[in-house]
Amino acid sequence: MSKAARETGYEGRSHVAHYFDTALQQYETHKLGLWLFLVTEILMFGGLFCTYAIYRARHPEIFMYAHTLLDKNLGATNTIVLLFSSFTMAWSVRAAMLGQRKLLVGLLAVTLLCGFGFLGIKAIEYNHKWQHGLLWGERFDYAALQDHGGGHGEELIVDEHGDEAAHHGTEEHAEEHAAEGDEVMAELDHDAEIALAHGHAPEDIPRNLHIFFGIYFVMTGLHGVHVIAGMILIGWLLRRAIRGDFGTRNYTAVDLGGLYWHLVDLIWIFLFPLLYLIH
Amino acid sequence: MQEPGQILDPNDTGSVLDEPHGGDLHPHPVPLWMLGGVFLALIGLTVLTVAVTYVDLGKFNLWIALIVATLKAGLVAEVFMHLMWDRPFYRVAFLSAAVFVMLFIGIALMDTGAYAPDVIQGYAPAIEQ
Repeated sequence: MSKAARETGYEGRSHVAHYFDTALQQYETHKLGLWLFLVTEILMFGGLFCTYAIYRARHPEIFMYAHTLLDKNLGATNTIVLLFSSFTMAWSVRAAMLGQRKLLVGLLAVTLLCGFGFLGIKAIEYNHKWQHGLLWGERFDYAALQDHGGGHGEELIVDEHGDEAAHHGTEEHAEEHAAEGDEVMAELDHDAEIALAHGHAPEDIPRNLHIFFGIYFVMTGLHGVHVIAGMILIGWLLRRAIRGDFGTRNYTAVDLGGLYWHLVDLIWIFLFPLLYLIH
Repeated sequence: MQEPGQILDPNDTGSVLDEPHGGDLHPHPVPLWMLGGVFLALIGLTVLTVAVTYVDLGKFNLWIALIVATLKAGLVAEVFMHLMWDRPFYRVAFLSAAVFVMLFIGIALMDTGAYAPDVIQGYAPAIEQ
């Protein structure tokens, strides 16, 4: 590499593919392609937001109740982590354009660390929900919710009494309710006397609460997959930045990787108030 | 044609619409104060959207949350994602996606609203019959 190439990340036309006339044409083609990809991403998440909107319009009681089972503080912390990572990503695009190579490496590393931070906090949240049976579909543990008030803070110890009652309830009422496919409600009815003393009163727990958690896990899960994809992308950019690939003439990859990372941030900007801040 | 390593024109807005550049890249680094300002504004709006949930405004809570989120999204898209200085077509593509998602959700909600919510007794207790 010549001295000029070391400074600019540019060796003549070497990074321009033969089927492009100019570096500018290549850059704009890549950028347009990435924007069109981002459009498809928005439309894909749009389908999930549509599910959310219809379910919330029909069953506001589920959403009003369920959001109290999410940790607002962890959600807000994650929002700030992601916003900060977007800031460092935007700054690293600037650093790449200005040929500030050490700064670029540092900023990409910080962005990547923020990605790990986000996933770490998400893992704490998922783990908490897993332990307390706040899951999708049949995995949702209504009995545990009644006995332990959603387990805010405290560890869930399976209450033998409640557990037994739940099983008992299912068997006893199964025949009556099987026709309606309504075993969950059977459990709730039977547990009423036992569970009133501690935790959430069963009549306060809206039916089909598990559907909120289905929506929650699909939306945050798909978003999490995008965070992981973005982190792989940033890891690759970091490796190339350390190698010295980028400079004032060659920053397309950083720019486009940044666009993807910002979109992941954009989606979280909507997910956070819609899932955690329901009023 | 600019030579590699040539100092860039400080008056260059970076917009491809300005003038022909001979097919070479013409980077437009966003000023650092602007990036920092947008970051602080985003944090401020996050604090606002959390604070609003402690005030009961009925149906408006949801709308305020959505408006604040849209403002934040606009800041990220225009400054962090560089739409403000790029070809307007990228913004058209981005906004068309947003418009189609809103159409999709809007029409789907109208359709859902046209059906009786309570065919199964007690299925939608919060909806007026």
